[in-house]
Amino acid sequence: MQKIVLLGDEAIAQGAIDAGVSAVYAYPGTPSTEITEYVMRSKEHKNGDVVATWTSNEKTAFEASIGVSYAGKRTMVCMKHVGMNVAADAFMNSPITGVNGGLVVVSADDPSMHSSQNEQDSRYYGKFAQIPVLEPVNQQQAYDMMAYAFDMSERLNVPVLMRITTRLAHSRADVHTGAKRAQNEMKLPKDPRQFVLLPGIARKQYKMLLDDMPKQLKESEQAGFNRYLDGEDKSLGILTTGIAYNYLMENFPDGIKHPVLSIAQYPLPLDMLRKLYDECDSILVAEEGYPIVEEQLRGALDNGKKIMGRLDGTLPRDGELNPNLLALALHLSVPEVNDVPKVVTQRPPALCAGCPHTDSYTALNMVMEEYGSGRVFSDIGCYTLAALEPLQSINSCVDMGASITMARGAADAGIVPAVAVIGDSTFTHSGMTGLLDAVNAKAPITVLILDNGTTGMTGGQHSQATGKIEQICKGLGVEEEHIKIINPIKKYHMENVKVIQDELHYNGVSVVIPRRECVITLTARLRANKAKKQK
Amino acid sequence: MRKDIILGGVGGQGILTIAATIGTAAVDSGLFLKQSEVHGMSQRGGDVMSNLRLSSNEIFSDLIPEGKADLIIGVEPMEALRHLNMLKKDGWLITNKKPFINIPKYPDVDSLLLAVEDLNHHVSLDADRIAKELGTLKVANMVMLGAAIPFVGLDFSAYENALNIIFGKKGQEIIALNIEALKAGIKEAEKFL
Ligand SMILES: Cc1ncc(C[n+]2csc(CCOP(=O)(O)OP(=O)(O)O)c2C)c(N)n1
Ligand code: SF4
Repeated sequence: MQKIVLLGDEAIAQGAIDAGVSAVYAYPGTPSTEITEYVMRSKEHKNGDVVATWTSNEKTAFEASIGVSYAGKRTMVCMKHVGMNVAADAFMNSPITGVNGGLVVVSADDPSMHSSQNEQDSRYYGKFAQIPVLEPVNQQQAYDMMAYAFDMSERLNVPVLMRITTRLAHSRADVHTGAKRAQNEMKLPKDPRQFVLLPGIARKQYKMLLDDMPKQLKESEQAGFNRYLDGEDKSLGILTTGIAYNYLMENFPDGIKHPVLSIAQYPLPLDMLRKLYDECDSILVAEEGYPIVEEQLRGALDNGKKIMGRLDGTLPRDGELNPNLLALALHLSVPEVNDVPKVVTQRPPALCAGCPHTDSYTALNMVMEEYGSGRVFSDIGCYTLAALEPLQSINSCVDMGASITMARGAADAGIVPAVAVIGDSTFTHSGMTGLLDAVNAKAPITVLILDNGTTGMTGGQHSQATGKIEQICKGLGVEEEHIKIINPIKKYHMENVKVIQDELHYNGVSVVIPRRECVITLTARLRANKAKKQK
Repeated sequence: MRKDIILGGVGGQGILTIAATIGTAAVDSGLFLKQSEVHGMSQRGGDVMSNLRLSSNEIFSDLIPEGKADLIIGVEPMEALRHLNMLKKDGWLITNKKPFINIPKYPDVDSLLLAVEDLNHHVSLDADRIAKELGTLKVANMVMLGAAIPFVGLDFSAYENALNIIFGKKGQEIIALNIEALKAGIKEAEKFL
């Protein structure tokens, strides 16, 4: 046993390695990225024992994991919460195929939207797919749960979802690690048709999944991660999920007199839930996320005991919890706080000095003057910051890939010409299929694929698009003479303006690829080279 | 022993080195530690903050409750003041006087410094100048950490050990320089005690 200081993300990664994982797949996304990065840095990956790789998107990552599971080995797939939407087709079908080797999917939610476009709660996905969900209370438990998660996956023949949130993902604490166990040997599924979801087979296997629900419940009641902590004051019982337990206990350093049910595993442990409900006069539900448990406890008619939580305003309906919100919900006093002096102003994030995107947008802005504003559809990445001052170049950012498809729809509706601006990694994540649609429709759109050679927004991970963009566009049917590569740098500004202008005049799909490396990865690369030379 | 510390800065300014040094020193001293940081959007030159909690007892929340931090360490004055709501009534604010200006509407620096001086418990110093006098701007963060040391309550040797762990690969000279910077920071802080 060893004690190491780890981020929640890293505790999960170390837990998976020690649990004998064979392959980890992921598409980067805050706050999940550090899980895969940790595995990539591990000696187990470097000596070739554990596969760890970025994929084109979350769906391809998930499906690669199903392949590993098919072969009998343990596998983990990691993503941010909105990645679950992309992986959803594979995710929803995987409980029906079941697993051969243990499959754990980690989804990192971002309540309060620190770096996301929504705060969806992945526990709904667990319920939707009818599989066990783990929601660790702290870094240690995140580590401890991994071996259990793989075992349960193999025992119950289902994928297991681990759901964490930003504060656990990105907070360090000391973690005691345990023994490392061996990986599974490769072995084919016993039933050769297990992974063939023809209706006849799927119907049978779906029934098996449903028949096993009592086993899932038993796991929740007996694994020990859900804890019922009795207290003598039964006027109020408190139910917390995940890290909300910590925010509660922060207010009671010397112990709490009310019964507390700390939930860290689903389906909900009915025995403990019943005890809390039966023994207490009223119940406070504190969830780091949507009020899922609260809603279930109230029922549609909400005509049972008095229940407090996010739905009645005892806690805010949206956003993260914190210790003081719990204190207020319990009518405890919170300290009077200092005002922040009025001179303090906002410091919004901005593109780095020297960022190639700035030059791409400066050129585009000049071209768009001719047409007026409101026709540039963009996407998710560093380049989304061009929505803000000073550039103010773009009019949309919805979900990865939506720039090209929205431009096509807008063009169909009469916004001609329409422009799409998408990053290289976003393009191979979800832009390619939309480009094919646009080509087939001969849509009058111009697509700028900003190729900075990396996945910049999430910290510079390898981009699957690197070196392939022109060939992909050509293969999808974009005419060769309308695929233009430009160098987004000040000295070529006027030339770049001209290229974009010409392509906007073309009545069909054209692609402009501004290509210059992200200055952050460039600087890091040069520094690494220098260090190598010095050695 | 229990200390709750807020670190404030701007993406790329290296507050995480300060956090890592205190964190390593704390774990080395046998304390419990929780340290949370903000990633993502805020890395592009936006404001960043880190919650650092040390305690001889188990720590529950990763976040410091509003109004309960013992200490704010700001590597630039506006980012120190930004988190004033987190500071407890008799808590200390320790800040670099040198502003980090990367936005067009950065407020008047004198007004910021006045707001700092308004606080009963504050330490303000020009860490950049002191670092340059020591030979390199790179140790400005260590000067700031030094200025906080009298308020954190760990033995100086714990920081020395931490720097040995963190900068071990870079050689003795670098470690010695960082230790000098810590001492220079402590000296500045003592002027305010
Ligand atoms: C479905 C989904 N997965 C992941 C993310 C996280 N994410 C946001 S932007 C981005 C990468 C963008 O890279 P690229 O398109 O190359 O643009 P750059 O940031 O380099 O400018 C990622 C991974 C997300 N928002 N949605
Ligand atoms: S990280 Fe790279 S792509 Fe992102 S803003 Fe900075 S230079 Fe531009």
